[in-house]
Amino acid sequence: MTDTFEPKITAFVCNWCTYAGADLTGTSRIKYPSNVRVLRLPCTGRIDFMLLAKAFARGSDGIIISGCHPNDCHYTSGNYHARRRWMVYRNLMDFMGIDTSRITFSWVSAAEGAKWAELVNEVTEGIRAMGPYTEYQELAHAGVE
Amino acid sequence: MDLIEKAEQLLQSGDVKAVLGFEAGTGGTRRPAFARRPGQARRLVFDDACVQNLASYVTRKETRRLGKVAVAARPGALRALLQLMAERQIQEQDVLPLAVDAAGQVAELPTAQAIEEHLALEPGPVSARDRELLDRLGKLSRAERWAFWQGELGRCVKCYACRNSCPMCYCEHCTMDCNRPQWVPVPSHALGNLEYHMVRAMHLAGRCVQCGDCGRACPVGIPIHLLTFNAEETVHAQFGQRAGASAKLDYALSTFRPDDKETFIR
Amino acid sequence: MADQFQLSSASLDALFTALQGDGRRILAPTDRDGRTELNPVQTLGQVARDYVQTALSAKETVFPKVEQLLSYSMAPGQVELVDAEPRALPTVLFGIRPCEAGGFAALDAVFNWDTRDRFFNARMEQLAIIGVACTRKDDACFCTSVGGGPGSTRGSDILLTPAAGGFLAQVLTDKGRAIQALAPELFAPAAGLAAPLAEVPAAFDHAALTARLPELFDSPIWDDQALRCLGCGACAFVCPACVCFDIQEEADKKAGRRLRAWDSCGFAMFTLHASGHNPRPAQGARWRQRVYHKFATYPDRYGMLGCVGCGKCTRACPVDMNLQEHLTQAMAPVES
Repeated sequence: MTDTFEPKITAFVCNWCTYAGADLTGTSRIKYPSNVRVLRLPCTGRIDFMLLAKAFARGSDGIIISGCHPNDCHYTSGNYHARRRWMVYRNLMDFMGIDTSRITFSWVSAAEGAKWAELVNEVTEGIRAMGPYTEYQELAHAGVE
Repeated sequence: MDLIEKAEQLLQSGDVKAVLGFEAGTGGTRRPAFARRPGQARRLVFDDACVQNLASYVTRKETRRLGKVAVAARPGALRALLQLMAERQIQEQDVLPLAVDAAGQVAELPTAQAIEEHLALEPGPVSARDRELLDRLGKLSRAERWAFWQGELGRCVKCYACRNSCPMCYCEHCTMDCNRPQWVPVPSHALGNLEYHMVRAMHLAGRCVQCGDCGRACPVGIPIHLLTFNAEETVHAQFGQRAGASAKLDYALSTFRPDDKETFIR
Repeated sequence: MADQFQLSSASLDALFTALQGDGRRILAPTDRDGRTELNPVQTLGQVARDYVQTALSAKETVFPKVEQLLSYSMAPGQVELVDAEPRALPTVLFGIRPCEAGGFAALDAVFNWDTRDRFFNARMEQLAIIGVACTRKDDACFCTSVGGGPGSTRGSDILLTPAAGGFLAQVLTDKGRAIQALAPELFAPAAGLAAPLAEVPAAFDHAALTARLPELFDSPIWDDQALRCLGCGACAFVCPACVCFDIQEEADKKAGRRLRAWDSCGFAMFTLHASGHNPRPAQGARWRQRVYHKFATYPDRYGMLGCVGCGKCTRACPVDMNLQEHLTQAMAPVES
């Protein structure tokens, strides 16, 4: 059963750094698993914390969130706000018992094509080993008579 | 001067249109009370059973309509009033906070500065009992915490007593009321409950004055205040900011430091 | 006249076994972390001992807080619609109080008024109620003011009254007789005295209240009483007679489901129109409507009150909106 488990991973990435970086991964012909569905946003600052909860609820087994390095944000400070939000939300999620080891946060610049591939590879294998996040996905059907 | 005398004086002079305090309720409990005429001041009591955060009322239109109100305020309510001033929901001249000491004597705190000075003498917001609960939950494994919260949230019926009793939940159109799109499910099923409480805790992070009213309000006994307390504790530990400390806005999630330190971003 | 019997505690426990043998689940008040709440039980020993009432009402058994009405899935050119089948498990509600048992009639009045609600009826049909009369009350109870009482048989299929060694049992309806028929030997002839019932002095005359309400419509009393009301749904949600619901659709491009969930007239947007107009824009108007719905509309439309005097609303309310007190105040002579 678990030999053929293909994790579903949703990646929320910023347009200017990580998305461009992922593009570079492709043009550099570096291979990485297709388990990751990349969602492009203008900036990590736009990432509503609920997008993560919705991703899990809709069947994601793992999540990647990635943007510009601090000081490099295209909109100057979006990633600083995002960082603060993640610090609070990650603690809250952990407090509520959500498996934060299934969420990977990173800074990947437009030049870091190799880093993106390495990240996706590692996260995919890590989530594969953890198995599907059924505990959360079961909630979608729970509590309705 | 005690609270009853003060209330009579304020109402007689017309300085305030209502005194918001507490009165005896069912079975020895205490509940909020609005004294609007001097004769009604005699109902007011102020003892250890008077715990509710009366600041929740000052942003309601039914209260604003009355005019300027005096508020018999415990430290939680005082912190809430400062935070409401910081968020520009009330102005100093809209309310007259009244602090009541152990001997029942009343001090008027007519300015934000007076409130801040008074609060500086008060102990920190989180009670020993809640500190112990937070620590106990923190020591459980992640899976145990999941089981705990799923068990607790399973009882939630989405009555919104928690939200409505909170002084910082003053939005006339709460995110739960928005249905284009319906971002958080309304029904009290598993996802609807989890997402609502997550959203509420995050919307209060950096704004919660840790009065605990939400947990007290819950009709099915969920210690829901622990979620907002957790968010607030993170804000304080990581960023050194606290809600209700001053009438000058210092909101953690709309500010940042370039050198904010975290341990989990690769 | 009901048939009267004696049930020892041991017999009652044996009856529990017989009920489960008949494929029925038993729901009863249980002690949980200092709360009294309705849960499945297998033995009499699991039932809470010393309780006035549960916080939530038993209406959950026939009117759940969330239930699915239908679901659908969509593919290009086709829609598949599936009506939900109500999951109506054969159930015995044990140990609820006479006030709550009386509340089911108020739900039935709405759910079978013009349309027969398939979901409510399916569950109601599978439900039998063994009520237990009250030997204790608290400050929130006011059943006798609304035509009920600590020993009222209305709504119960069997009503038990505590007695030495067990209970006195009144078998009241066909459903009650069917339960008795499962183990008739357990029902001994009535003997011995029942424990004295709780004394609940009537606080107001509900017929006089109903008659008085029309003239009080524009009274400032409702705004005054509602000043401390937070506008949450706690009172409506715990009430055994409150029946308002919301219908929510949860769907995406491929599939969806339609759900029914509890709603409350106390919510600020309960009567918000699509135009933006709200006929009840202030909490006082919403509070007034809550009282009028139960004490004016219900008698007018259904010939019964929409309140059973259980006091759950008062206990659940974060700011102690004590219904008995408010109604007594409304009946008081008008002062300037």
